[in-house]
Amino acid sequence: MIRETVLEVSDLKTHFFTKAGVAKAVDGVSFSLGRGEVLGLVGESGSGKTVTGFSLMGLVDPPGRIVSGSIRLGGEELVGRPEEAWRTLRGRRIAMIFQDPMMTLNPVLRIDTQMIEAIRAHEDISREAARERAREALARVGIPSPDERLAAYPHQFSGGMRQRVAIAIALLNEPEVIVADEPTTALDVTIQAQILYEVQKLCADTGLAMIWITHDLAVVGGLADRVAVMYAGRIVEQGPVDAVLDAPFHPYTHGLIGSVPSHNRRGHRLTQIPGMAPSLLHLPPGCSFAARCPRADAACNEMPALTELSPGRGARCHHPHLAETATGGAA
Amino acid sequence: MSVFILRRLLQSALVMVAMAVLVFFGVHLVGDPVYMFITPDMDQADIENVTRALGLDRPIWEQFWIFMTNAVRGNLGQSFIFGEPALGLILQRMPATLELAFAALLMAVVIGIPLGLYAGLYPDGIPAKTIMAGSILGFSLPTFWVGIMMIMIFAVILGWLPSTGRGDTVEVFGLHLSFLTLDGLRHLALPALNLALLKISLVIRLTRAGTREAMFQDYIKFARAKGLSRPRIVGVHLLKNILIPVVTVLGLEFGSLIAFSVVTETIFAWPGMGKLLIEAIQQLDRPIIVAYLVMIVFLFVVINLVVDILYSILDPRVRLGDRGQ
Amino acid sequence: MTSLDPASRADPVPAVPKAAETPLRRFVSDYCDSRLAVGAALLLAVIVLVALLAPWIAPQDPYDLAVVSIFDARQPPGAQSMDGYTFWLGTDGAGRDLLSAIIYGLRISLSVGVASGVIAIIVGMTVGLLAAYAGGRTENLIMRVVDIQLSLPAVLIALILLAILGKGIDKIIIALVIAQWAYYARTVRASALVERRREYVEAAACLGLSHARIVFRHILPNCVAPLIVVGTVQTAHAIALEATLSFLGVGLPQTEPSLGLLISNGFEYMLSGKYWIAVFPGVALLITIVSINMVGDQLRDVLNPRLQK
Repeated sequence: MIRETVLEVSDLKTHFFTKAGVAKAVDGVSFSLGRGEVLGLVGESGSGKTVTGFSLMGLVDPPGRIVSGSIRLGGEELVGRPEEAWRTLRGRRIAMIFQDPMMTLNPVLRIDTQMIEAIRAHEDISREAARERAREALARVGIPSPDERLAAYPHQFSGGMRQRVAIAIALLNEPEVIVADEPTTALDVTIQAQILYEVQKLCADTGLAMIWITHDLAVVGGLADRVAVMYAGRIVEQGPVDAVLDAPFHPYTHGLIGSVPSHNRRGHRLTQIPGMAPSLLHLPPGCSFAARCPRADAACNEMPALTELSPGRGARCHHPHLAETATGGAA
Repeated sequence: MSVFILRRLLQSALVMVAMAVLVFFGVHLVGDPVYMFITPDMDQADIENVTRALGLDRPIWEQFWIFMTNAVRGNLGQSFIFGEPALGLILQRMPATLELAFAALLMAVVIGIPLGLYAGLYPDGIPAKTIMAGSILGFSLPTFWVGIMMIMIFAVILGWLPSTGRGDTVEVFGLHLSFLTLDGLRHLALPALNLALLKISLVIRLTRAGTREAMFQDYIKFARAKGLSRPRIVGVHLLKNILIPVVTVLGLEFGSLIAFSVVTETIFAWPGMGKLLIEAIQQLDRPIIVAYLVMIVFLFVVINLVVDILYSILDPRVRLGDRGQ
Repeated sequence: MTSLDPASRADPVPAVPKAAETPLRRFVSDYCDSRLAVGAALLLAVIVLVALLAPWIAPQDPYDLAVVSIFDARQPPGAQSMDGYTFWLGTDGAGRDLLSAIIYGLRISLSVGVASGVIAIIVGMTVGLLAAYAGGRTENLIMRVVDIQLSLPAVLIALILLAILGKGIDKIIIALVIAQWAYYARTVRASALVERRREYVEAAACLGLSHARIVFRHILPNCVAPLIVVGTVQTAHAIALEATLSFLGVGLPQTEPSLGLLISNGFEYMLSGKYWIAVFPGVALLITIVSINMVGDQLRDVLNPRLQK
């Protein structure tokens, strides 16, 4: 299926200019997103996935800024726009959901206030009309008796319900893209499953495109269409989700999958990736994974390019696991 | 909730009784006020008459018993100097003190919150650094010294504002108020600013700290992700959150405003109950001292209750907690 | 953790400690990070030195009636005395050289502030440790008293105590101690409680170490840093409070004129334009308090374990 492209990111670089030096949190990220598509953006903490999300929203705060690259939403270039232009875009054409639902809603404002203002920031409509739309949005994400809930304060909701409210707020203006930054990490597994189901339905029904940022491979496997694996500010591998998870090309992806406890590998030792993620302030000149990589050799002192290794799939590696790792097990 | 209030009231009553006991006996341990009423030509009989008239000849326990029984009826004794009920004198002077304290509170909010907000939003600029240096100075400067400087600059050198008294007052419901006349306002300006200075610094610090903390909160970032304008984010999302600690602290500080008005009233000859207290201390007018104390402890109790109620109005989380219990 | 500054998150490289780094040396180098704070500390050292050496430094003994002449009263700054030397800061209402009076006043103000501070620390520390260590009802009772006292402004407590006690240097020290011990008690109890719950204290108790040893060798040392910080700030408070009380005429007697009393004496001449009698002692007071506070601020930043990397 060929999808119409909604979001096209190419060679995006977001750096933080700190006293200790320049931290290259995002350093040349490229991907594209089609209508109704869910892209899983996977990586450890500090890999730059959250900063990528904020870059797409134009929410990178000093000392950080987008240094170069391009973000095209529906063909329109976003990088280099003035703040006011970003503001009119946020919440209207591209929305975001945050990790911790306990923290994202303002504790001293009622839900209806927080929803109505989100509509009226972009559209000149009456409070009543906005309220009606807020009610519909709550109902759409599966919140019972939305009329009553509108008048409630965030602390009167459970964590899962709050995240639904946050999703409802993101949906209010029917954006083309939603950036979801680990939205289910803080929730119980059962609640997580419910929300994942609803999100999947929404994308399928409305053609909404989504970037799902997470470190949880299981979630990506169940939800995403495609996956991009980030390491030290760069995408090291991307492709269709099943193919990547079954037979990863990149040693890092390989290690990542191997380090997840799994039902059907019981009794086997979990692999672990030795060492720590490198400091973004002092990245090695070559492949940034080389220091931890079992396959690294002299060639890895040079930065590998993201190369297409099979149709629709690429990895940034000089020594990818090719056919030999079809089992997907621990190396 | 009502149990909570009842317990608080009981506690406060105990504190008040304890204070009364401490102060009563403390005050009676030092000096003999009889000597204030004795002239050199008086003989022993005259002195005894004065002592008897003041009730000072009886054993101290009896004096205390009389004091307590009277106190329950709202009679805290007669001022030795004025020969009038002490509580009445205090109540007479209280509106002037309260007016001063409220004016100072208002200034603290009106000046402190915007400055603190600014310093919190743009912490690296020179204006913010100036504001913060000013607030450190406001903390360090003793109130009385600033008051003297104000008088020197604004009253003596520039001659803009008067430095003593309340000016013209208007009577409203039997209370004399200064802030309703221009002359009264001119008289109120310096003492109120003097009293407010410390609280302005406090509010600046609280607001700035609250702003800096809130700006990193997810709910502010989420509000930005919704595409809200900056005025809306600062004016509604931020302000409503930082107002909670500011109002709480300020409410509790109102008592200290009243206490510090002793200093300000003395410098600016503001005829409030603080000035009355200093005069009473210098003249060993015990009943006034005791009455002042009972009054101020009472005020503290009331203030604490009001702040608790205000707090629960501002913070919806507290409101629910009450209902749930 | 979306709110975290990505830069700090991305920097796991630990600062390499220098070879010969002792805690004291690190403290000194941390403190010297702020030039303003170093200046304040130097200034404070000069002030203390001047106060200590007053009899040798002051141009005149302001309380020697043989030297002071009433004919020199209220001379402006820079005026010449009858016997030919210069009053750099003018003279006060009794004809005393103001500079000398300030130097002697500083001595009194500082002694009162430091003496009350030291006694209050000892009292507060003892009570605070007792509360933290005893726990239960004793702790509840002590902390209730502390809470009640902290809810009343210090100036009010001191004022009432002085109304009861009367004037005098010993009485004002007593009043200041009573007005301030609670701050120390609260500080010590808070940090002692934190330490008490640590495993090593429990381990020490399990080893059968005596209470005294646990308190003095294990708990107390950890309360020192917050005590120093609170102590600095509170000493500045005590000095300001003494000045305020003396200004109100309920603190020190005229025979022991601290800076507050000098200001109070000058106040009556201010409306007639003789500003210097009140202003210069005030400036001296101000410089003292501000420099102590600035030192205290920096100490808080340096000693606060939460801010330490």
